[in-house]
Amino acid sequence: MPGLTLENVTKQFGSFTAVDKVDLSVPHGTFVCLLGPSGCGKTTLMRMIAGLDLPTSGGIRLDGADITQVPTHKRDLGMVFQSLALFPHLTVGENIAYSLRIRGIGKEEQRKRVDELLSMIHLQGFGDRPVGKLSGGQRQRVAIARALAISPRLFLLDEPLSALDAKLREAMQVELRQLQQQLGITTIVVTHDQREAMTMADTVVVMNGGRIRQAAPPVDIYRRPADAFVADFIGSTNLVDFTVDSAGRVVVLGTTVEGLAAPTGVASGVLSVRPEDLELTAPGNGALAGVVTFLRDLGGTVETFVEVGGRQLVAVSMPHARPDVTVGQPVGVRLRPEACVVLKS
Amino acid sequence: MRREPPQKLADYGPLVFPAGMLIVFFVVPFATMIAVSFFRRDPAGFYTPDFVFDNYARFLSLFFGKVLGFSLFLAIAVAICCVVLAVPFTYLLARTRRKTQVLWLVALLSVLSLSEVIIGFAWSTLFSRTAGITNLFVALGLMSEAVALNPSFGAVLTAMVYQALPYTVLVLYPALVRLDPTLTEAARTLGASPLRAFFTVVVPALRNTILATLIMVFIFALGSYLLPQILGRPQHWTLSVLITDQAIYQSNMPFAAAMAVFLVLVTLALVALTVYAGRKGEAA
Repeated sequence: MPGLTLENVTKQFGSFTAVDKVDLSVPHGTFVCLLGPSGCGKTTLMRMIAGLDLPTSGGIRLDGADITQVPTHKRDLGMVFQSLALFPHLTVGENIAYSLRIRGIGKEEQRKRVDELLSMIHLQGFGDRPVGKLSGGQRQRVAIARALAISPRLFLLDEPLSALDAKLREAMQVELRQLQQQLGITTIVVTHDQREAMTMADTVVVMNGGRIRQAAPPVDIYRRPADAFVADFIGSTNLVDFTVDSAGRVVVLGTTVEGLAAPTGVASGVLSVRPEDLELTAPGNGALAGVVTFLRDLGGTVETFVEVGGRQLVAVSMPHARPDVTVGQPVGVRLRPEACVVLKS
Repeated sequence: MRREPPQKLADYGPLVFPAGMLIVFFVVPFATMIAVSFFRRDPAGFYTPDFVFDNYARFLSLFFGKVLGFSLFLAIAVAICCVVLAVPFTYLLARTRRKTQVLWLVALLSVLSLSEVIIGFAWSTLFSRTAGITNLFVALGLMSEAVALNPSFGAVLTAMVYQALPYTVLVLYPALVRLDPTLTEAARTLGASPLRAFFTVVVPALRNTILATLIMVFIFALGSYLLPQILGRPQHWTLSVLITDQAIYQSNMPFAAAMAVFLVLVTLALVALTVYAGRKGEAA
């Protein structure tokens, strides 16, 4: 199968297992985000793909060929580091041309390619500047252009946008995604920012504790999380324990949720309901009985905190559907059965 | 952090002590030496105050020119050997575990605690025919009979590199520890082998540090006068040896002073040239 395949990849540092039996397949030309909290093994996994660390066991294949033991410099990669790692003694143009120079490509051809890349990253005429004189966003672009100079077989980015301020980061996310689509290059990005992952990726790979918890398109990750960790890590969610009564109906906090059947064989577990899928109504009538404890009006959205049976639930609504409630008021909370996700406990 | 320049005279107070020390122990002796270099030698006694250029004139001969040339050549050779050895060594050292680093640095510091005399005699024993390292080579079957390796230029160079290497490593160490390790990794992902990455990224990125280290070791080596005498032949004697000889054994203080002043001038000129060349290289 073309593209990148990881088979049972494991990395141990002493007795600590950083990456634990990871299987992953990245088809050619797709954009994958490795997402997880710090220390989840995502950076180690990327370093193994780059060849900067060798797996303790398992195999890595690129376009069918086993590259597990191939040294980094023979993998034809492009990688953007978190620190960017621009060479301080070289100019912008020389930085971009580095991989071409190493491969012995002629000066004239180097210049042509550098000009091409400079215009791709909208930095025409910056070729002769020292890299120290650039702004954060410009340095970011130069690092990207340098990694793409040879048209690499794999484009790897390790927390590439973390040094930029929020606005610039959002703009660069869009730009990076468009660039990837335009070049059709297989791209893997390590990030801890779920918004970034959702914006750019074809496939989001959520990792925790060295394992892949779920690998799926962004919408599926959000709408159908595989477990409580993924549900909680991606966006915000209400996680509530449930039990199943004798008729097979789901019971949450002492109230039966109408229209939601538990999968056969499941006696209890955790239910994930996104804040926008909680409906505030009048108390009674089959809704969960609760009391409003706090209102957070953010202008764009309104978050209502409701205490139900000792648990805090959050409902989000748009301003035009602002719930007419005040703090301390008893309300009913209705879970939309089609939006509830039953998770393995 | 940016601090205000001193406003009042009293703000310069903290500078009084170092300035005083510098004047008493450096400016005054150096000025005295410059003055003495123009004095006339008195063969019967010491010297008489005068203003003559005889001492400098005497210096401008082929013999002293050769000695000066050799001194500079030796110092440059020591500087280059030290930097060539120390840069890769320190680079690798900076990437080892903390404990290993400390162990090596302590070992290097202990070499620094040795006096030049001990180093000289230790190496002269190691290079001797009767007790030297060639006996080891004979035992290993690498040589047929033990030979004396000193006095020779190689012996002088080896001992001086040995003496200057710890300084070189200690000067390079902070810069190499601070060097971002992802620079090398980036070079590797871009297609450079580890060796190529070292020469195309680490060495150029450390250009100024390496240049400064070269100058420091060069000046350090220029002052060496014991090792050339212990391990070298008379043709390996440096200008520092002749200065000592004139000052102490010939009692010709004015001539010794003139040679010392001349050596300082030549050294300053060489350092200025190196810095100038470095700046120019940077701008290009």
